[in-house]
Amino acid sequence: IKHLQNTDFQKTIYPSRLTSMAILPSSSSTGVDKTSSAKVSYHRGQLAKLELSDGESLYAKLVVGADGGKSQVRELAGFKITGWNYYQNAVICTVEHSVENHCAWQRFLPSGPIALLPISDKFSNIVWTMNPNELDCKMNEDDFVKALNHALDYGYGPHPKSGVLGSADIFSWFRGDVTMSANECFEVPPKVVKLASERMVFPLSLKHANDYVAKRTVLVGDAAHTVHPLAGQGVNMGFGDASALSRIIADGIAVGTDIGEISLLKKYEAESKLANVMMMAVLEGFQKAYSVDFGPLNVLRAAAFRGAHHVSPLGRIIISFASGQLRLPFFS
Amino acid sequence: MGFSYRKAKFVAYEINGPRVQSHRLLRNGKAENKIGGFAESEKAKTMASRLSVMKHVPPNRPWSMIHLLNPRPFSTEHHQPPPVTNTTPSSLKQQELAKFSAIADTWWDSEGPFKPLHALNPTRLAFIRSTLCRHFRKDPYSPKPFQGLKLIDVGCGGGILSEPLARMGATVTGVDAVEKNINIARVHADLDPVTSTIEYCCTTAEKLVEEQRKFDAVIALEVIEHVAEPAEFCKSLAALTVPDGATVISTINRSMRSYASAIIAAEYILHWLPKGTHQWSSFLTPEELVLILQRASIDVKEMAGFVYNPLTGRWSLSDDISVNFIAFGTKNSQ
Repeated sequence: IKHLQNTDFQKTIYPSRLTSMAILPSSSSTGVDKTSSAKVSYHRGQLAKLELSDGESLYAKLVVGADGGKSQVRELAGFKITGWNYYQNAVICTVEHSVENHCAWQRFLPSGPIALLPISDKFSNIVWTMNPNELDCKMNEDDFVKALNHALDYGYGPHPKSGVLGSADIFSWFRGDVTMSANECFEVPPKVVKLASERMVFPLSLKHANDYVAKRTVLVGDAAHTVHPLAGQGVNMGFGDASALSRIIADGIAVGTDIGEISLLKKYEAESKLANVMMMAVLEGFQKAYSVDFGPLNVLRAAAFRGAHHVSPLGRIIISFASGQLRLPFFS
Repeated sequence: MGFSYRKAKFVAYEINGPRVQSHRLLRNGKAENKIGGFAESEKAKTMASRLSVMKHVPPNRPWSMIHLLNPRPFSTEHHQPPPVTNTTPSSLKQQELAKFSAIADTWWDSEGPFKPLHALNPTRLAFIRSTLCRHFRKDPYSPKPFQGLKLIDVGCGGGILSEPLARMGATVTGVDAVEKNINIARVHADLDPVTSTIEYCCTTAEKLVEEQRKFDAVIALEVIEHVAEPAEFCKSLAALTVPDGATVISTINRSMRSYASAIIAAEYILHWLPKGTHQWSSFLTPEELVLILQRASIDVKEMAGFVYNPLTGRWSLSDDISVNFIAFGTKNSQ
């Protein structure tokens, strides 16, 4: 785990693991701080002391836990989390195409969605949600590529024609500026040619820290909240957290506040917790809706999806909510 | 919060002859006729001087010098024991100070009795930052805009205001009449190398005037409502300011709304402050503050109010000066 430390506007990376973290008690008798068994150096005051695996110690006014779903900072600081297991795994890797791809694709299979997300002209990331043991981990590369292509395009009947329930008859008067996309032939995702990275698997669960802040510690991103990858919102929420935290800290420094003060950090928590919880509720709804394979429900789902696509104001709201411009979907 | 507050430009009006305002003060059911404001006529002057003696007499108590100081026992967030300008028995002072000392440990507990003050602090600092940067032509966007300025925080308490000012680059002196507050403030400030440069003194503004200390900006927030002689206090503050320096004073308005908010709501309903912390009669209206500052050769240039939003629990700056307000003035350069 790498650590970033800002010292006089210099960033230093310490490439070692965090082994322990403690808030040094203040010298005043009123301190309500965690007691530390470490020796209290008077001039260190109320800083947070971080001990690294290589024996080095760091002192910080504020520790930002941005170390992902299995956050060490969160564990050491004693944050409690709520959540549940999805009992699904996600397989991730980077793949290469023979043609350029600038579109993100997601196909909802019975066991879970597979997503193809472009990261540059010919490379994309794959996030494939599946039940555990569905795919043999020791499959060799070629077989895996074949399985990927199969999952992306083949099987489960012919390509849907745009005539079924999303047809010109019903939605033409909504369409407005969305012109011909509904009448186009069904597009297929680009073929995967080969893998460009190792395959990795991790279990999926929903996790949400009950608090995002403690004295001199704050959590951002996946350390504070872990979601299902099906809507691709995890990192967006993390970016939102980072932007809110940096703005709050800037405001605090502008009036000379100590950045580790909990009253300042609580402002960040109030703002980002609300937005994150709302987003997580929406995502959880999605996840539940897409986990059922029941004929009429599937048709309804597809209709709702096409409706959101064609009704442009709704589509715009959804897109701006997802891209982080609109933090709360209902109050503009 | 932040810098985008709306200014309430307050123009101090000239005194053209006698100007007397009459306030009916209802206190414990008794209506006292009180004259607020200062005027030029002899009659009004004698009445005004009588006012400054009358002002702090709590009902049902005999007049005496002792009661010129805030006699009610209280421990408070906006505390400031008045600077001792009259002769007072030292035993009384000890008693007052002891009460402050009792709660002094909780200064830096942001969830403790001083929580509303901690919540108000960033808003006050936003006003101070904005006005001082404009006056001294400093860049408000630099991380240390007060670099090179000498500031004094009169009635600093535990240093809640002094520490952020020091972090903004100022050379800060904090004074308070309560020894224990100064000790707490010093200990807390030493925890951070940036704030350990703050000079804390257990003294009063008057004593510093005798020592002929001068500062670029004199800041006395939530002090003047606890002072026996506000006019004298303002003269001391002015004496501490260099010519063309700045003076910032914040206090509570004397209005019906402030009686409802600062006395009834804050002390009796919400229990933010212990009962008896404030005397409504010792609050100053903005007009009075401007006038006494003018007599101390300080021109009030800007004024703003603080409003509390109970839904978000945050304070913000506004034009509404009917309850809490803060005034920024500059000393005439002579």
